[in-house]
Amino acid sequence: MNFLFNLSFRYKIPLWGSLLIVTATLAVSATLIAQSYDDLEKDLLGSSAGLGRTLARTLFSAMLQDEVWQAFQIIRAPLHGEAGDNPIRPEMILALDRNLQVFASSHPRAVPMLAELRSLGTDQRRLAERIAAHPEADAPILDLSGAQRIYVAIPIADEGARLGTLVIVHSKDVFLMRFGNVAWRSAGIGLLVLAVLLPINWYWGQHTAVPLVELAHSAHDVAHGKLRGPPRGTYAYQDELGQLFENFGLMVRSLREKAELEQEMIRSERLAAVGRLSAGLAHEINNPLGGMLVALDNFKHRAGNDERTLKTVAMIERGLAQIRDTVSAMMIEAKVKSRDFMPHDVEDVQLLLSGEAHKRSIVLRVEHNIEQPVALPATLVRQVLMNLLLNGLQAADPSGTVTCRLHFDKGRLTIDTENAGRSIPPEVLGHLFEPFATGNEAGHGLGLWVTYQIVSQLGGQIGAESADGITRFHVELPAGESA
Amino acid sequence: MKYLIALVLAFSLATSGPTHASDEQTDRPLRIGLTPTFPHDQYQPLEKWRLYMERKLKRRVEFVRRDRYIETMDLLRLKKLDFAWICDYPYVYFKKQVRLLAVPVHKGRPYYQSYLIVPATDTATASFAQLKGKVFAYTDPYSNTGYLTPRYQLQQAGEDPAHFFRKTFFAWSHRRVLEAVGTGLADGGAVSSHVYDTLSIGKPELTAAVRVIAKSQEYGFAPFVAQSSVNDDEFREMQKLMLDMQADEEGRELLRLLNLDGFIAGDAKLFERTERLIRAVGEK
Repeated sequence: MNFLFNLSFRYKIPLWGSLLIVTATLAVSATLIAQSYDDLEKDLLGSSAGLGRTLARTLFSAMLQDEVWQAFQIIRAPLHGEAGDNPIRPEMILALDRNLQVFASSHPRAVPMLAELRSLGTDQRRLAERIAAHPEADAPILDLSGAQRIYVAIPIADEGARLGTLVIVHSKDVFLMRFGNVAWRSAGIGLLVLAVLLPINWYWGQHTAVPLVELAHSAHDVAHGKLRGPPRGTYAYQDELGQLFENFGLMVRSLREKAELEQEMIRSERLAAVGRLSAGLAHEINNPLGGMLVALDNFKHRAGNDERTLKTVAMIERGLAQIRDTVSAMMIEAKVKSRDFMPHDVEDVQLLLSGEAHKRSIVLRVEHNIEQPVALPATLVRQVLMNLLLNGLQAADPSGTVTCRLHFDKGRLTIDTENAGRSIPPEVLGHLFEPFATGNEAGHGLGLWVTYQIVSQLGGQIGAESADGITRFHVELPAGESA
Repeated sequence: MKYLIALVLAFSLATSGPTHASDEQTDRPLRIGLTPTFPHDQYQPLEKWRLYMERKLKRRVEFVRRDRYIETMDLLRLKKLDFAWICDYPYVYFKKQVRLLAVPVHKGRPYYQSYLIVPATDTATASFAQLKGKVFAYTDPYSNTGYLTPRYQLQQAGEDPAHFFRKTFFAWSHRRVLEAVGTGLADGGAVSSHVYDTLSIGKPELTAAVRVIAKSQEYGFAPFVAQSSVNDDEFREMQKLMLDMQADEEGRELLRLLNLDGFIAGDAKLFERTERLIRAVGEK
């Protein structure tokens, strides 16, 4: 039984529907058939009683005068003509006297005159007992359904005197044949109804089940980490199921956003940790380095050093200077005092980069709406601009375009850069702002990391996206107190 | 206005009364009673016979059919009928009140018999004695062949006709006795040989359903009688018509339909045997 309940809705809904339809049709058909049986029987008994009453009235005088022949003619009259399958037509009529002996019989060969009703058979004995129980003149009309025949007994009485009983006998064969016809017709209609309803039910059931099954698959995927909603348009209506679909879609979307946010958080925390570590390291290196450079400088200006020694010292000095450059690149001091960002800073950056752009035949297009000083440290913003645009110029296809848009509005400065060129693969995009992440041989791999650190320290946000050969960077910086 | 018309009508009726009555005397239709002594319920042949009589007698003729002999006898005695075709038993019984008009001739002789019949399905019964305790159908209490003869035969056999059968009933015609026996309603019955023979031609299915197990002696054929007060002219005219029927083509055709050869004047001697029978049974 469990097997039935575990079936897919795809089968369960049509199956249950079919079961209900079949049950309902069977019930209706059975009721119709039972009703028609009752009606037929009622018709039969009604017409039989009517016939009996008419016959009994005329029989009364015939029996009173002991006119056997007349009685015989009276009870034979309704049996003339073709029998056919008329179930109302009696099979036999008997006129019985007070002692339940046959006074006249429509079929004297089968039931001869003077025969005792009781001696004719089991049914007849039961009938005789019932008639004998009501010997009065105004006795009710009796009916008895025997094994093969239906009997209707009508008192032959007038003015309070009872002379006997008229018994009308109907064959059940004809009655059952007629009933059989009616039953077959009802069953036929039932089958027709089933033939129409079952396919409709099957189609409708499938139609209802398919979205549910889709939803179940989607929920299964979501539960196992695949954040995928059901395909759009699986169920296009606004009923409860439609609402379920819509809300499920919303739920999946918010789950996906949450997961992306978590990823973002992890990445920023990692970058922050790396930033703190590298800044600390840079400090620790920078302090002795300063001392070492001052000592070397003093040493150089001291007299008495031969050429060879000076050469060596210069080499050490250059090495240390390179270390200092690298280390200072990693030391982002956001709190340095700087003037506000001015419109001419944009032009400066454009001018500084024009050489690089020209070298690679790339058009550098810069648009901005900055007309007043913006309360952001100019040095840092220039560095961010420089880094992003240099990055763009290096990644852009030759003879391409690099676009930069600066927009200051409501205390926020947004910088958007865009270049056409090789897309950044997704696995690289995830670690783009980590030190030494890019496979770019030209730079030291710190440009974007430094940019990220600057933006973070200024309380802003930076994002990158790369698809279909277009790479975009988006920076948002909140303007602070004017310097 | 209405009253005036009614008055005028009443007056004219009253004044024309006597002449009307005399018209009635000459225009009065001849009333002829028919009984089931022959198959009197066949309409077409009898209608032809009536029209034949009207043409020959040049006056209107009415046939009055009654199922029971006694009714026809009563009508005769009440002078409601002029002539009647009755059974030989009531003729003898009421001989003083009627005049013998004509006697039918069947198979060349003015006689007929009583046939004792049982259902064709009953192949066992071969004699009257075997019908003891059975249901028996008589024709009419004033029928010779259908009542008197079987009772006489029982009496001759030393049986009491009143208790010999379990049940008896009157079917009120020979034809119905045939039907009663044929359907099995009665186990036996007695019918006129003439009716039996006639029906065996016209309705063979009726006679096929029964079997004749005994034939009685011959009796004078059920006669045509005149009511006692019919005047001689009318009597002679009518008798002539009956006797002359076999002389013309139309009459012969009617006789064929009635399954008769013709009529003779006959006399009371023909019915002496019937009279003896009545006396023997003690019905007179």
